[in-house]
Amino acid sequence: MVHWSAEEKQLISSVWGKVNVEECGAEALARLLIVYPWTQRFFDNFGNLSSPTAIVGNPKVRAHGKKVLTSFGDAIKNLENLKATYSKLSELHCDKLHVDPENFRLLGDILIIVLAAHFGKDFTPSCQATWQKLVGVVAHALAHKYH
Amino acid sequence: MVLSGADKNNVKGLFAKIGGHAEEYGAETLERMFAAYPQTKTYFPHFDLGKGSAQVKGHGKKVAAALVEAANHIDDIAGALSKLSDLHAQKLRVDPVNFKLLGQCFLVVVASHNPALLTPEVHASLDKFLCAVGTVLTAKYR
Repeated sequence: MVHWSAEEKQLISSVWGKVNVEECGAEALARLLIVYPWTQRFFDNFGNLSSPTAIVGNPKVRAHGKKVLTSFGDAIKNLENLKATYSKLSELHCDKLHVDPENFRLLGDILIIVLAAHFGKDFTPSCQATWQKLVGVVAHALAHKYH
Repeated sequence: MVLSGADKNNVKGLFAKIGGHAEEYGAETLERMFAAYPQTKTYFPHFDLGKGSAQVKGHGKKVAAALVEAANHIDDIAGALSKLSDLHAQKLRVDPVNFKLLGQCFLVVVASHNPALLTPEVHASLDKFLCAVGTVLTAKYR
């Protein structure tokens, strides 16, 4: 089980408290699709993904980004119990969505960059370190039920 | 993975705007890398890695200079970094996985200091460029 220090929990909640989940989620997903275009393979039914502008403006991308980051919020509420929290989602991503877990790591890294752009200097090295740990643990939990 | 004309312009443009801050960004990149990925410290047992370390600053300056050099010779990164590539293969032998970690931290530094510069398109180009640099530096490993 992952251990979270008091400082880490503070760094997580103080950042999360200031995050606009809809905007941040939309931006993170859009950047994932732009920076790593092969990730578009999962979104054939999203319509126009033909350019960065199209991707950023795509309402399905925005909506799905919001959904993904909202789910991330569940992780933050259940830091002591991530594997259980994500058990069903993990099965879904394996059995129905067939998503390579590497994509969770890619999205996690992109999220960090979006947070850095948003928070600037306040996204200190300690803050980044804590959040890199968090996205890593979330990715691991999401991959846990893969078979 | 090939850098398009647009990628090259995006990268050159970014480094031109970063200008004199490159050295400072290099140091901060290392600081963040050591904090977020403690295993990377294993390559620097001979360094003082404490806050404000002169050695980290000095090394950050070197790393930044190499990135600037690569950006300035973006049509031939392999040529520009050939000696550095030899050094990494023969002497330093930093595991290839670590270049991605350094790249991530450099992106975070650029994002935190220049959010407006790091548009999605520039982000994509810079990520590709950093991958290309990592590939060149590990090209002669075996």
